[in-house]
Amino acid sequence: MNTELLKLLENDARLTASQLAVMLDGDAEQIAKELEEYEKNGTILGYKAIVDWEKTEQESVTAMIDVKLTPQRDRGFDRVAEKIYNYPEVKSVYLMSGAYDLSVLIEGKTMKEVAFFVSQKLAPIEAVISTATHFVLHKYKDKGVLYDASEIDERGNV
Amino acid sequence: MIDYGKVLSRTVVETPKSGIRKFFDLMSTMKDVVGLTVGEPDFQTPWHIREAGIASLEKGRTYYTANAGLMELRQEINNYMTRRFSVSYDPASEVIVTVGGSEAIDLAFRAVIEAGDEIIIPTPSFVCYAPLARIAGGVPVILETKFEDKFKIDPEALKAAITPKTKMLVLPYPNNPTGAIMTRQELSEIAEILRDTNILVLSDEIYAEMTYTGDHCSIASLEGMWERTIIASGFSKAYAMTGWRMGYLCAPAPIAEQMLKLHQYGIMSSPTTAQFAAIEALKNGEEDIRMMVNEYNRRRRYIYNGLKSIGIESFEPEGAFYIFPKIGDYGLTGEEFCSKLLYDYKCAIVPGSAFGQGGENFARISYAYSIQHITQALERIEAFVKTL
Repeated sequence: MNTELLKLLENDARLTASQLAVMLDGDAEQIAKELEEYEKNGTILGYKAIVDWEKTEQESVTAMIDVKLTPQRDRGFDRVAEKIYNYPEVKSVYLMSGAYDLSVLIEGKTMKEVAFFVSQKLAPIEAVISTATHFVLHKYKDKGVLYDASEIDERGNV
Repeated sequence: MIDYGKVLSRTVVETPKSGIRKFFDLMSTMKDVVGLTVGEPDFQTPWHIREAGIASLEKGRTYYTANAGLMELRQEINNYMTRRFSVSYDPASEVIVTVGGSEAIDLAFRAVIEAGDEIIIPTPSFVCYAPLARIAGGVPVILETKFEDKFKIDPEALKAAITPKTKMLVLPYPNNPTGAIMTRQELSEIAEILRDTNILVLSDEIYAEMTYTGDHCSIASLEGMWERTIIASGFSKAYAMTGWRMGYLCAPAPIAEQMLKLHQYGIMSSPTTAQFAAIEALKNGEEDIRMMVNEYNRRRRYIYNGLKSIGIESFEPEGAFYIFPKIGDYGLTGEEFCSKLLYDYKCAIVPGSAFGQGGENFARISYAYSIQHITQALERIEAFVKTL
């Protein structure tokens, strides 16, 4: 597994195979093949832009919901998790250790929309014992990227 | 009215301004310039190091330290030098914490130079050696290194430059601006020439962690060289700590004792906050160095290949974070090339002439920038070169 290659892409997905080859002192065709393989076997799941929606006119709210569940016979939490992650407004679902079972990250246009999702879709699921919804007020850093970082190079020339 | 022509030191007045400076002043008057000019890391000081500085302030550690620096820091410097380069120094008498590597160089010159002493300075190299040597009363003797020799010191040329007045050889490797290094084998040829003389070596090892084809070798680790070598180094490049102004000197006690006097009267002690941060850097910063050096190495390959594909010949740098392409083949001097590139294509690189004799047909390009930024600059250079 070429973890250096994967880390470079995780940091900047726009790097081309030939750029990566030069940086890693490798062969462009070989790197392209490796990437294809990673895409096929699901090591690389996608390439996406990181958008700061606060800078757009698009209204958007994010909430993290702690969900407590009753595990189901034979299936554990998998079946309920599937039920939840199939909703397109759900952006991530993690199985957690600790005080609750699932951490659900949801994005909606308004708080109302998120509240509606919780009360009408999430809470009624049979296995769900309780939910606690936390609204995100501001993103400082996400997936390793700073949201308010200044672009200005302040280094002095000496 | 006062006549400034009469009151100022002639030596200082006659010292030229840094040639890099001249170019930067020009650059700062222009907009939307993509520059590859900066001589410092684009990384921030790792957070755990910054935190150690902050913690020292919170605890109220705002006093002077010992003149030579905190004992714990001097011990860590010795541990580091022993661990990395197999050279050891007594923290009590052979290590001095300075205000950056620059002060270290200045102290080394001033502690040993008598009026008229000759200081052999290989060029192209960083801008400070000749002016500081001259201000200390020395006579700089320029030893030009060549592209064909990968900008290393040619032992025969060194022999020819030595006279009875030679006091010191400056050894600026890994080199800014050429990216050259000197291997153990090459250094031993230099050592062979100096071993039975009274000539000192000032080894500027500020870029020692930034080597890409093998570990840095300090000349002090070679037989017979420890006793005549002053090592000037610091935290700026290795730990991305330029603004903290943390450097150090390692030298045999008789030399260190004299340098310490200069530091004591001129500086007192290096900034305390920065010293506490530096202790943390030496104790827990090795992983940070590796991460940064790996990144520089990828950029190094990227920019070397980028220039090559444009058709610009360069020596493939083996150390520091600069590349020194040969731009003299286009019928322009280095300065003309850089000015045109700046004015017409808004891309800034530094003319090699700023780094002394032998740099006239070259330019210094720093790769302490993101790949995206480097790509943008390469596009502009390519567009410019196509018109020549």
